[in-house]
Amino acid sequence: MTPRICGVEVIPDGPALLRGVDVVTDGEGNEHQVTRPVVAVCLCGRTQRDPWCDGTHKAVQEAARKAASQREDRATR
Amino acid sequence: MRLMHPRGPVSEGVFARMLRGPSEGALGIPFRTDGSAETILTDDDLQIALWALYELHYRGFTDVDERMEWDPQLIAVRGRLEALLEQAVRGLVAPFVSRAEEQAESFQAALENVIQSSDGPSLAVFLQRQATVDQYLEFLMIRSLYHLKESDPHAWVVPRLTGGAKVALAELQYDEFGAGRADQLHQELFARTLRGADLDDRYGAYVELTPAATLAANNVMSLFGLHRRLRGAAMGHLAAFETTSSLPCRKYAQGADRLGFSSEVTQYFDEHVEADAVHEHVAQRGICGAMVSEEPQLANDILVGAAANVHVGNLEGSQLISAWEAGGSALRRMEGVAA
Repeated sequence: MTPRICGVEVIPDGPALLRGVDVVTDGEGNEHQVTRPVVAVCLCGRTQRDPWCDGTHKAVQEAARKAASQREDRATR
Repeated sequence: MRLMHPRGPVSEGVFARMLRGPSEGALGIPFRTDGSAETILTDDDLQIALWALYELHYRGFTDVDERMEWDPQLIAVRGRLEALLEQAVRGLVAPFVSRAEEQAESFQAALENVIQSSDGPSLAVFLQRQATVDQYLEFLMIRSLYHLKESDPHAWVVPRLTGGAKVALAELQYDEFGAGRADQLHQELFARTLRGADLDDRYGAYVELTPAATLAANNVMSLFGLHRRLRGAAMGHLAAFETTSSLPCRKYAQGADRLGFSSEVTQYFDEHVEADAVHEHVAQRGICGAMVSEEPQLANDILVGAAANVHVGNLEGSQLISAWEAGGSALRRMEGVAA
């Protein structure tokens, strides 16, 4: 039998994509069944659907960008 | 689905030909040849004619002979309508694509830049916070036109790709098409949403009530999908679609919860919060990134496709919100026609 290969692809400033995985165990030892060919696991720690990425990192990054831009505006005034 | 009512002289001519079946003779149709992007994209007559012509390649109409899919006269008309649509879309997105190409340091950065170039009001925020039950139902009816054939327009591209891009598109679509389970087909999940909201779940049930801008958003996908030369635009469109889906779907689900809809209605949106958090990376990097490595000349069209998704979507969303904020309905009025 051909050995099953599990792949991990870490997205810069994003989640980790896992392929070839049946179960993901979270930090508290809970097992989560995988039903997709590829899943995104949260790496930012802010997801509301742990362990899966729900895109929250993008909202956080956007808020940080806006805050930085406002600070820049105040500094140049 | 039966052929719908025409909305003007172009769709009248096209539909009459469809119903006549295979026959000789030229098709004389009065065509416009210009107009602003917004005029073309919101022209009911042009958009319904093109939507029906495309539908011959999907599931067709029960009262139209299946051979009409490749009727030379209809294909010729389709070509003229497509030229107008493509010109309108390229004109609409050109400033956003140019800016992204000038400012970004890499293709992936330019793609992200275009996808974030939305300058319209947020339909998702409107539905999350303030839509009424009737407005939410209208949203479901209008969106059913696409979601009941979800991912079909992008499937035309599979045979046009090779290597990693093809594998990535197949991986994404396997999930869209249920990951091996018929009851998880995303088209079926949306049918369940419609049933949960006591709406008609039949394919094309609400096309008569669908406004032109929504037809245009659907036609853009078919235009990109059905032309091999536009494979870059098709996949750029898909990347933008997936990337701008996860967070809005959470808001759509929250809006449905706020209005008291059942979990049968929200399940589709819940599923897309997680699914599209995966798909956006598969589409941006796995598909579009691989395509550009293989064929660098496709980069511009990928950005055009992504921008088309964002800005035709903006046009559609802003028209829905304007109609609702004015206290009216976003559905097309059916004067003198029994719905």
